Amino acid sequence: MKQTQTQNQHRPKRYGMAIDLDKCTGCGSCMVACFAENNVPFKQDETDKLLSITWMRVYKITNGKKFPETEVCYLPRPCQHCAGQHEGHSPCVSVCPATATDYSADTGIVSQIYTRCFGCRYCMAACPYHARYFNWWDPVWPAGMERYLSPNVSPRMRGVVEKCSFCFHRYQLARDKAYLEGKRAVSEAEYQTACTQACPAGAIVFGDLNNSEHAVYQIVQPDAHNHYKSKNPYAFRLLERLGTNTKVYYLSSREWVRKAGDNYLANEEPGASHAPNQHG
Amino acid sequence: MKLSRRCFLSFVLGGAAGTALTPLPWKLTDDLSIWSQNWPWTPVPPDGATNFVNSTCELCPAHCGITVRTVADRAVKIEGQEENANKTGGGACLLGLSGLQLLYGPTRVQGPLKRIEENGTIRFQPISWQQAIDEVVAKMAELRSQGKPQSVACLSGRDVGTVPQLFKRLLKAYGSANFVSMPSVEDAYASALRLTQGIDGFVGLDVENTDFILSFGSALLDGYGSPQRMMQAVGRLKKQRGTLVQAESRLSNTAAKADIWLAIKPGSEAALALGMAQVIISRGRYNSDFVNAHTEGFDSFAAMVKEKYAPSAVAEVTGIAPEVIAQTALAFAGAKNPLAICGRGKGQTPVSLKEVLAIQALNALVGSINRKGGAQTMPTYDYLNWPAVELDVTAQTGIAKGRLDGAGSDKYPHVGSLAHRLIEAIDASAGELQMLLVAECNPCYSLPDSDKVKAAFEKIPFIVSFSSFMDETARQADLILPNHVYLERYEDVPVMAGTVQPTIGLCQPVVSPLLNTQHLGDSIIKIALGLQGNIAKAFPWKNYESCLMETLGDQWPLMSDQGYWASEAAASSSERGFSTASGKLILMNGTLGAIFMAEAPVTASGGDYPLQLIPYDSIRLTSGYVGTPPFMIKTVEDTVLKGQEGFVALNPETGKSLGLASGDMATLITPVGQASVRVHHDDGVMPGVLSMPRGLGHSAYDSFLAAKGVNINQLIGTMEDPASGLDAAWGIRAKLVKA
Repeated sequence: MKQTQTQNQHRPKRYGMAIDLDKCTGCGSCMVACFAENNVPFKQDETDKLLSITWMRVYKITNGKKFPETEVCYLPRPCQHCAGQHEGHSPCVSVCPATATDYSADTGIVSQIYTRCFGCRYCMAACPYHARYFNWWDPVWPAGMERYLSPNVSPRMRGVVEKCSFCFHRYQLARDKAYLEGKRAVSEAEYQTACTQACPAGAIVFGDLNNSEHAVYQIVQPDAHNHYKSKNPYAFRLLERLGTNTKVYYLSSREWVRKAGDNYLANEEPGASHAPNQHG
Repeated sequence: MKLSRRCFLSFVLGGAAGTALTPLPWKLTDDLSIWSQNWPWTPVPPDGATNFVNSTCELCPAHCGITVRTVADRAVKIEGQEENANKTGGGACLLGLSGLQLLYGPTRVQGPLKRIEENGTIRFQPISWQQAIDEVVAKMAELRSQGKPQSVACLSGRDVGTVPQLFKRLLKAYGSANFVSMPSVEDAYASALRLTQGIDGFVGLDVENTDFILSFGSALLDGYGSPQRMMQAVGRLKKQRGTLVQAESRLSNTAAKADIWLAIKPGSEAALALGMAQVIISRGRYNSDFVNAHTEGFDSFAAMVKEKYAPSAVAEVTGIAPEVIAQTALAFAGAKNPLAICGRGKGQTPVSLKEVLAIQALNALVGSINRKGGAQTMPTYDYLNWPAVELDVTAQTGIAKGRLDGAGSDKYPHVGSLAHRLIEAIDASAGELQMLLVAECNPCYSLPDSDKVKAAFEKIPFIVSFSSFMDETARQADLILPNHVYLERYEDVPVMAGTVQPTIGLCQPVVSPLLNTQHLGDSIIKIALGLQGNIAKAFPWKNYESCLMETLGDQWPLMSDQGYWASEAAASSSERGFSTASGKLILMNGTLGAIFMAEAPVTASGGDYPLQLIPYDSIRLTSGYVGTPPFMIKTVEDTVLKGQEGFVALNPETGKSLGLASGDMATLITPVGQASVRVHHDDGVMPGVLSMPRGLGHSAYDSFLAAKGVNINQLIGTMEDPASGLDAAWGIRAKLVKA
């Protein structure tokens, strides 16, 4: 697969994200931008976070030290769009019995097709990132509020799983527009996710990890021969050692933050152990 | 026929295998899913032509540019404007992004309402607009004919722009000086400008060009001023290896991102600033060019800080080691374009005059007044060229009676409005205020000691609310004349919030009004016309829109296209001098000396209340006029709100000494009130301090917001700054008892 990619004249896209945790202020605008863009429902009580549907969720982590040595860092977590060890071998895609979630070889985006999903939730069990959410109830908008729903994203119903799509509908619109204008490629600015656009601190950068002209490529410097591991010493991926080969990279100048991205032994250096290169 | 065991088992197993082999179970599962997915109550948003409208967000004082995406006649998404004066670069804060939930939300007032009391129960009855206006006019005319026009007051969320000015004009022509605006740090800044520079204006913070920010508790990354602008400025500062120092008792998001976090004792900001001034002067590190050429009173200022603010004394008050104070002060003075910022939290509450003067003095000492990267003096917006109001005798007598809140009087000469004093006045002598008009604010929730505010409101014979939402204050009103929300109306909103580029945002109707509401500007004009005589004469406009178009004149086409107007004029420079008698900035004189020598207002420390309760501002909660929309509440962490219960955060040490584990229920008691809370251990909170967000504990609004958590304003009393009269409350003594 990898060989065909490099040999291909039209190299497939590999949309991914770099989130600078030094810049992230933990405001939560990305979460709300996502809710508003993707018709994410809300309930009267959203304080049980296991039941609260947040495609993008901002976690708060601390260094565990005492006052005033305490430090905190916020970590926004969208779907990580895992490619796995063989491109397309995402944990969730591998277990879906209904092909309701699939890996796009053209964009690297892990899709979720609500009308195919019958709610077995295998994918939720398989996802190491808690990025998938189940609709235990039908979504209810207070009378009149359904008027702000966007026609670009179908509201989900009870009994299906949903998750971040990297605002795939925005890609579709940009692709259609590019096609109509006789263009071949969608430019970097034409396709940006809602969270990237909204981030007031400019902490999120989104683009094609296969395109060296895109900012995200330049920041991440992915190593295509080593499961896209970043060559940037400040970059890390969540639970990288699982070999999920995710497309969301985090940057931090603080070592304790980079260390919090995976399960390290007490005296182990972050990044000391690499993801398995062999088929596992 | 006898059914043998073997026969039975064969039948069951065969049947099971047969069923499994047929597609039936899979077909049924699939059909069931498809059936359940087609239940008619899952909405299918109708499609239509997509459009983008440039407008201005009115939900906080930043007034950022927004672009609203519409599909047919519906608004479907609010986004930050790519190009705008606020330099937000397409970003938007979560309140701005949630705006459509307010537009289409269930807490809006559907049309004019009148409060009816029947058999002891209170309900609101829909009335017509004609009746609503007539009732207001009748009441105002009656009070005027009794010779008591001064007994009518207006409480407004803002005081700049055409709508607040129309209100002021109405009151003036009617005969009342009681136009009171809600408090904010701008009040303190304005007083400081008047006292030190002789200028009526506001302070612009050139955060784009500074290389050292010294913030005295300002929530730069949690919604201070313009949230995006501040975030981007801090991002740029860090990228260019500048320094951010945050002086705050709690590890806020700003403190977490700061290069140096000075964990100071609550309420010691002024002392810290003056202590730093002392270091800068004693080490000779002040900007002598600026100080010599543009300031007066330097020697007496230097003597004052030397006498009272020696590092050891300041260390004791602030809890910061003398060498840390000295290092930070010298780093501040050594920076190229340092900037000290005043205003705790989002800046929605005033600070004491001493604090703002001390912080501005720091800026002056390093020459960062009206210089690139410094604190700019911005003149008040002055674009309303309306004809002067002719006052009849009644109006003249009414205005001569002065203001109920005492602002501008001999007692409080430095301030323009004192909302808490108005409440005190109502409380003290009920008859003096006969009628209160409330616009774009929610004092019954957001002023400190909110229970007392509510009790005072009970004493007002006639309250008119112009709120778009059924908030706490609207529920106490006798009449509600709902305004359009900002996405349904035209309005000019001059930007203050620390901007260095004079900007006037324009709210534009993105959708036509959804409910039976009326523009506040039109309501004011109709009331004025109803009152006839000189009052009607003062309003020569057909309606609000024509008034606005006339006021904005030539700028109208540009503004309605891009959604704002921004001045190209460069920021003012110190070369132009100041408007004081000497033309210099006053560091110290008799008036300022008295303020500096006075002790900062502190809450009485008592053995009964061993802890200090300190509010904090979170960007995920609103605490002003609009309530927090459902999207924002959804982002609130489960260590701040769980179910209906709000948390108080405290240091694990404090928790241990009180025998309270994380998650325990406790009763929080202050001299003003008490509340039931859950405990959350947080290492980022100073030992001995209790930390609680502002913006929860609403009694009004819908079930997404109401009755969740505790309104900290019910627990905090007013704490008047003796120098200005402003309510500088930021916390109170408290105790926490296991429930």
